[in-house]
Amino acid sequence: MCRAPRALGVAVAAVALLAALAASLAVGAKDVPLDTVVTALLHQATSTDHEIVRARIPRTLLGLAVGIALGLAGVLMHALTRNPLADPGILGVNAGAAAALVTAVGLLGLQHLLAYLWLSFLGAAAAAVTVYLLGTRGHGRASPARLALAGAAVTAALTAYTSGFSLLDTQAFDRYRFWTVGSLAGRDPSLLWQAAPFFALGVVAALGVARPLNAIALGDVTAQALGVRVGRTRAVAAVAITVLCGTATAVAGPIAFVGLAISHAVRALAGPDHRWSLPYALVLAPTLVLATDIVGRVMARPGEIEVGLTAAMVGAPLFIALVCRRRIPQL
Amino acid sequence: MRVAGQLVSLRTRPRALLVVTVLATTLAALGVLALSTGRYPIPVATLVEAVTGQAPRAIEFVVFGMRLPRMLAAILVGLALGISGALFQSLTRNPLGSPDLIGLNSGAATGAILALLVGGGALVTSTAAITGGLATAVVVYLLASIGGLHTPRIVLVGIGLSALLTAVNHYLLTRARLAEAQHAAAWLAGGLNGRGWGHVASVAVAIAVLAPVALLLAARLRIMALGDDLALALGVSLSRSRLMLLVLAVTLSAVATATAGPVPFVALAAPQLVARLVGGAGPHLVSAGLMGAVLLVAADIAAQQAVPGVQLPTGVLTGLLGGIYLAWLLTREWRTSAQ
Repeated sequence: MCRAPRALGVAVAAVALLAALAASLAVGAKDVPLDTVVTALLHQATSTDHEIVRARIPRTLLGLAVGIALGLAGVLMHALTRNPLADPGILGVNAGAAAALVTAVGLLGLQHLLAYLWLSFLGAAAAAVTVYLLGTRGHGRASPARLALAGAAVTAALTAYTSGFSLLDTQAFDRYRFWTVGSLAGRDPSLLWQAAPFFALGVVAALGVARPLNAIALGDVTAQALGVRVGRTRAVAAVAITVLCGTATAVAGPIAFVGLAISHAVRALAGPDHRWSLPYALVLAPTLVLATDIVGRVMARPGEIEVGLTAAMVGAPLFIALVCRRRIPQL
Repeated sequence: MRVAGQLVSLRTRPRALLVVTVLATTLAALGVLALSTGRYPIPVATLVEAVTGQAPRAIEFVVFGMRLPRMLAAILVGLALGISGALFQSLTRNPLGSPDLIGLNSGAATGAILALLVGGGALVTSTAAITGGLATAVVVYLLASIGGLHTPRIVLVGIGLSALLTAVNHYLLTRARLAEAQHAAAWLAGGLNGRGWGHVASVAVAIAVLAPVALLLAARLRIMALGDDLALALGVSLSRSRLMLLVLAVTLSAVATATAGPVPFVALAAPQLVARLVGGAGPHLVSAGLMGAVLLVAADIAAQQAVPGVQLPTGVLTGLLGGIYLAWLLTREWRTSAQ
């Protein structure tokens, strides 16, 4: 594929993202016409409709940030593990962040978001490393099925811990159940600003390793011959995954399958070149998250279905279709 | 074949018997321990008095009304989980092919939460859990058979479906009132708090029917472990046997989940531990069942004692210990398989 169509594709995707952003501001329990959305953004709020639009801004920005984070993390995981079933939800990274957060709130009594974030990184990193070690130990290369199983096992252990812990304290449980469903609604807007530097750091790190990741896809030896520092690239990519997943999980709760869906979509659209697939993910992933969030709002009016469930309803069939269509290597 | 079979049996049978004896003895000892420990410690001498009817009414109530049914429920659920895990692992030929990891528990949980949210009692909840688990198994089986039925595919489809059902479960928990949600979450954690004679009776009936069938099919499973080609040559109908064994394993696991909630890792760990103790080929269903019972009774005692003043759900303890055991198992297993 030559450059022009791929650039055009990014532009089309960007238009789709703009449409999703606008729809996220306009659609909900009370629909607002698009021209009102524009005036609400440009001028002072003068009517109820304007207030409604303004109230939807934090949630929309949150969807944007979380989508970018999960999409990039999915592509990086796919590249790093060379595993088509890689997803932060499947490989236990979200469960690790969740376990760390519950510990932070329940055991240590931490209140500050920064403390949440750091613990969330710690949990995400520990879970990711554990799953990767479990899945790759012995053979040089981790088979997709084995990594997925290791992820399921680690998730099961962490979930037992998390659910047991949350049961000890009624109030903590009440907060926990609304967080663990994975949602963009009802989150504190100040969360987003405090988490923004971490999102930015993760995005920069992810885009930075695009070129060396291409070389690594040819094999470690070839990559070294091409002058790529394989170990350092892997480490940077792993840090990016941890920061992106940890931040997204801390602010919105665990959301599975977005990374998986996006990573396959961008491979189909942009090919295996990460200099293109990462920018594609940057635009497509938030579009997907916002779109699923909007669907959740429309499906259960006047209430809503959280994005954690609607994203799973989109992603799980994709995962199952992948598993059914591909030739599966032995576990 | 017969000669080979005798050779094998000569080498392994004494050890297998020894393991069964040791496990049964351990289980009996743990059973007595379970009856005597708790918030009111009851010495063994008083237990004997209670059995012979000489103890005070209060102690008789604690022993026969509360601790004995709970202990029996733990034993029976452990048996079901151990046998189910052994069947699953030899069918999938994978140490991680266990009912807890491939969606059955999530499906059973969805059924149970729905029942709890509409205010169903224990019987309705159990029935809904069994229905949910079986329905999930059927869906996994049908979806996995689309691309040709391979056991790795069954496991992976199960993982995918399990993630979806977990999202559904979390959603349902947010839609309930706090007390109901907490009730459902306690059930989800898996445990034996407040299990009575009604629970014991229903699991006992299920096991009395299912366990003999499992033992009858064990010979077939042993042949299937030799590989598909050899099993076919020896006259085993593969697809039919697989389906029968799957149905059996799924039903056992669903019965266990209906009684105690989704207790993680017992079904995974029991057959693995037994395989290490006994050695040799084939699923050791009896030992695996006993090991499951030993693990669950021990975990239940420990969960009651672990945090003073708090009744920790048993599933939390088995989940944590199972996770640690699993890490050890996988690093060891996969390192040796590479050599």
